[in-house]
Amino acid sequence: MKLARKDILGLQDVSREEITLILDTADSLKEISSRSIKKVPTLRGKTVINLFYEPSTRTRTSFEIAAKRLSADAINISPTTSSIAKGETLIDTARTLESMSPDIIIIRHSASGAPHILARLLSQSIINAGDGFHEHPTQALLDMLTIREKKGTIEGLTVAIVGDIAHSRVARSNIYGLITMGASVRVCGPALMMPRDIGRMGVDVHYDMEEAIRGVDVIMMLRIQFERHHNSRYPSTREYARSYCLNEAKITGAKKDVMVMHPGPINRGIEISPEVADGPYSVILDQVANGVAVRMALLYLLLPGEQL
Amino acid sequence: MPINKSRAKSMKKKPRTKVAMDAQGIDRSLTRIAYEILEHNKGGAELVLVGIQKGGVYLAERLRRKLGVMEGMEVPLGILDINLYRDDIATGNSKPRLGKTEIPFMLDGMKVILVDDVLFTGRTVRAALDALMDFGRPKFIRLAVLVDRGHRELPIMPDYVGMALPSSLWEEVTVHLKEKNGRDEVVIEAT
Repeated sequence: MKLARKDILGLQDVSREEITLILDTADSLKEISSRSIKKVPTLRGKTVINLFYEPSTRTRTSFEIAAKRLSADAINISPTTSSIAKGETLIDTARTLESMSPDIIIIRHSASGAPHILARLLSQSIINAGDGFHEHPTQALLDMLTIREKKGTIEGLTVAIVGDIAHSRVARSNIYGLITMGASVRVCGPALMMPRDIGRMGVDVHYDMEEAIRGVDVIMMLRIQFERHHNSRYPSTREYARSYCLNEAKITGAKKDVMVMHPGPINRGIEISPEVADGPYSVILDQVANGVAVRMALLYLLLPGEQL
Repeated sequence: MPINKSRAKSMKKKPRTKVAMDAQGIDRSLTRIAYEILEHNKGGAELVLVGIQKGGVYLAERLRRKLGVMEGMEVPLGILDINLYRDDIATGNSKPRLGKTEIPFMLDGMKVILVDDVLFTGRTVRAALDALMDFGRPKFIRLAVLVDRGHRELPIMPDYVGMALPSSLWEEVTVHLKEKNGRDEVVIEAT
């Protein structure tokens, strides 16, 4: 089995074997982060560019750490401190970067499909670090690694994804990935926060949270994306929290060994109560640690070379 | 059947595979290596075994059991996957599937016995030495191999050898182990 692709743009078309290879590789690479010398020479002389058009702490830092632990050189570009602020288009920026011969470009952009444009245009490998409302494949991969680590397998589990499904690229990537790996997925949120094509995604749609998390193995809470709501028809945060905030009372309906996930950053008290976020069911910090491992795995696997 | 005919037939059909070492031979070699390790290091104090994935790990486990019986002590055992340190990764020639590395002890000041099944070009051992140095500063590292088939491409010498097996470059030397594929045998094969 090999990862026979130039880019990682989303999980929609990634096979079960490929996901398994990525998770197995991440599992092997995880040990490096626990050493006293947290570096291996594998990607010596390779250059990785982090091109982030949207704010990010964990994803950008995680990619940067992943590249550095594999000995690649990582360069960060953010819009406010680069020519992007002077009005350079995405394509011009990409062509300029290409001329400096990097090996892998990681891009986050507010427009869905921006990474796909780069992938078509450039010979370098492109990794999507989140594009608009579309996909965030590395987040879903680290979520699946965390689930597999805690539960042993993903197949046969029931996962509830709760929150603003329509605006969530994390939800979309997780739905594709989890279904490919054999889990059944429930989504839950107010009707306004459901995407129009949800019926075609192979998930159970719920509007009542207690019903949605009854008997589930995993609860994945999503961040309410205030920055993407420009419409007064959305419920107020108080109203939202009353129905959809995961607190200790609601969690009793799930399985006894339920695990609670959140991609971060957390809006405490809005989508998740502090007691649950910091409680025994929460694996939020394991997710962050696994993020580095999954991103190391992708950098390694996207490197050209014959898979042995 | 006339005797000449069958002889002529056997002359024509040279056996392509040869068993260089059987199960008993492998076990005797490992026993001798275990004694040599103890003699050489004046006992088992500060000793640790590190097996190179995958064959080396099984052999290191066997050595550990033997050392346990001889000295009545548990020698710590580590597992090393050297793929991240290969010299053909940077050149883009290969991208092996990664295995696990588990070294659950400090290497500083320890006497490390690095174990592998076949010693050939020496490139795997060079990668292993680099990997081990990332885990600490051992007192020394010694190399134990079941088979030394020659053709070194780097200045590397084994300290403990089960069998020196001179081979041609077009021959293939394979170590079969019970833990891996159900039988103990070293096979040399013309390709």
